[in-house]
Amino acid sequence: MSDADPLKFSCPVPTGEPDRILLGHGSGGRLSRRLLETVFLAGLGNPILARLEDQATLEVNGLRLAFTTDSFVVKPLFFPGGDIGSLAVHGTVNDLAVGGAQPLALSAAFVIEEGFPRNDLVRVVASMRRAAAAVAVPVVPGDTKVVERGAADGLFVNTSGLGLVREGTDLSAARARPGDAVLVSGTIGDHGIAVLAARDELGFGADVTSDSAPLHGLASALLERCPDARCLRDPTRGGLASTLHEIADSSGVTVELDEEAIPIRPPVEAACELYGLDPLYVANEGKLVAIVPGERAEAALAALRAHPLGRDAARIGRVVPRAEVPVVLRTRLGTTRVVEMLAGEQLPRIC
Amino acid sequence: MKYVAEYRDAGLARAVARRIAARCTRPWTVMEICGGQTHTILRYGLDQLLPPSLSLVHGPGCPVCVTPVDTLDAAMALARRPGVILTTFGDMLRVPGSRGNLYGARAEGGDVRVVASPLEAVALARRRPDRNVVFLAVGFETTAPATALAVLRARELGLDNFFLLVGHVLVPPAIRLLLSSPANRVQGFIAPGHVCTVAGYRDYERLAEDFGVPFVVGGFEPLDLMQALAMLVELLEEGRAEVRNEYRRSARRDGNRRAKELVAEVFEVCDRRWRGIGAIPRSGLRLRPRWEKFDAARRFEVDPGDAAEEAECRSAEVLQGLRRPTECPAFGTRCTPEHPLGAPMVSGEGACAAYYRYRAGGA
Repeated sequence: MSDADPLKFSCPVPTGEPDRILLGHGSGGRLSRRLLETVFLAGLGNPILARLEDQATLEVNGLRLAFTTDSFVVKPLFFPGGDIGSLAVHGTVNDLAVGGAQPLALSAAFVIEEGFPRNDLVRVVASMRRAAAAVAVPVVPGDTKVVERGAADGLFVNTSGLGLVREGTDLSAARARPGDAVLVSGTIGDHGIAVLAARDELGFGADVTSDSAPLHGLASALLERCPDARCLRDPTRGGLASTLHEIADSSGVTVELDEEAIPIRPPVEAACELYGLDPLYVANEGKLVAIVPGERAEAALAALRAHPLGRDAARIGRVVPRAEVPVVLRTRLGTTRVVEMLAGEQLPRIC
Repeated sequence: MKYVAEYRDAGLARAVARRIAARCTRPWTVMEICGGQTHTILRYGLDQLLPPSLSLVHGPGCPVCVTPVDTLDAAMALARRPGVILTTFGDMLRVPGSRGNLYGARAEGGDVRVVASPLEAVALARRRPDRNVVFLAVGFETTAPATALAVLRARELGLDNFFLLVGHVLVPPAIRLLLSSPANRVQGFIAPGHVCTVAGYRDYERLAEDFGVPFVVGGFEPLDLMQALAMLVELLEEGRAEVRNEYRRSARRDGNRRAKELVAEVFEVCDRRWRGIGAIPRSGLRLRPRWEKFDAARRFEVDPGDAAEEAECRSAEVLQGLRRPTECPAFGTRCTPEHPLGAPMVSGEGACAAYYRYRAGGA
């Protein structure tokens, strides 16, 4: 009747490590991590870079300076709750903020595709100006390059930031210890779903706006009440899951999450259900993850909740000694499951 | 979330689990056919709530997993052809063909685009009359109606640059093959709720009668599956080879008439190879002769070359419920989501990926 035979299989051998850069290399998950380790750390490695924090801390004449850079390639350029200009300011301010640093100055570099509408560029720059003014940080040096049509997708923006690290703080992904509490400053997945909806590739109009926001004030409020916080991170691409993986790996611990405690907006949860996306992996642009000593958790949570950007803050889990895997989740049914690091891009399901 | 929270109630789930445990007087091996159900089971750890005497094995219901290698190779060949835009669902991009995958084809300059529905591919063809847009159409009874609709839409728009590479497959013939195998150990089935919503469940009634095994049409929420398992255990304990419907809020005995008419208008049943399983008679859909002008394989005379096949991956046994993913020697070592040997490790709905994602070491 057929040539089906349980002892005969038909699966091809893959070609091994990809010899070209794939989109998944930029997803913030496992592929990104491997590229970072095998290409960038291998090529540019030094003790500061090897710490893999969101910012480098430099000691200069007794001052601790934080230095960071980030490129923004979001599509579409304008989305509900923000645009590439404000995002570029917030993203860099946030990378400084999670190092416990007050931003001092930003740089901005633009790569513009030939034919890009001038008005859109004016809008982006105006938005950058507003975002920088709200943070009271000047954009000092800048750079502009125009590339041939087809060589870039409209507009890419790079921002770098310099900040002064708050005295008495020592924040690092390597400092999480068993007994610590895991906090998040609000609902997760808003930015990723807002951008997806604005792109309309999925053909749904989720009523979600991006959470893009500068986090330095929120981070300050937290550090004021909880100066012995171990680690702050903003869970951007790769989402909450990837951020917690980085922390667990750097500290050699396991993070246990409580599914029911993780705040998610209903429309974000609905959009994720509909398309088979896991909100734990969806990007955020205005959220803090904080690891604080267990006994300081309530004070830290109160500090977050007292700030407008932290109203929905929640204690979502705990740090335990390293178990078999870095991140586990207690489901709402009381069972447990592993939270894996994302292998590539997260993709909508078929049926 | 409204309409969903009640299907994830921990107290209710535990109550159903106690009912199942009380009812199970002997060991049973049951299969959930659909990959979406496999993921719910592992994502919510439902198996941790079940008595050890109830053993779950996972079925062939993952459209990405069963798409044959030669179809993928043909898609990659088309993607590399100048003037062609290859469109498909996102999950298909990482599935290994004989030589690489569609992500690789895209990184090498092929125009490969992810769409959420075949109608998006039609819209793209309309916007880009200068290009030939091919939609790699995969999936079970659930996705075939939308593909059929896309063909009708393309005709309505008078498009002559829209084509299909068809890999649609049908579930019941695969279950018939599985039940016919002397190696079969599955005693009861959770039938796929979405497939039954479209196609109905008369075919499963015939299977129940022919092979003397019970089926319960099940949904995808944790409580759907717990309830379906409770109903299935009930049937097994009572020795009744019947079909019951747990997913009544969506599935009907005769399915969705309009969707079935659409599929019958555009497609006819054909024999089809399933990846990892082999040829299954009358298990696929192909375009009817009057729609041949939309057939990419015919229009472009694709020669995918020889599909390379290899023996290390045990996905055939996984897809037939003969082996758990973790019982494959390559699982989690030589075969991982970013370096998959077989499609069940690639797909969002694949059983191997579910074990890898949700289980420590897959245990």
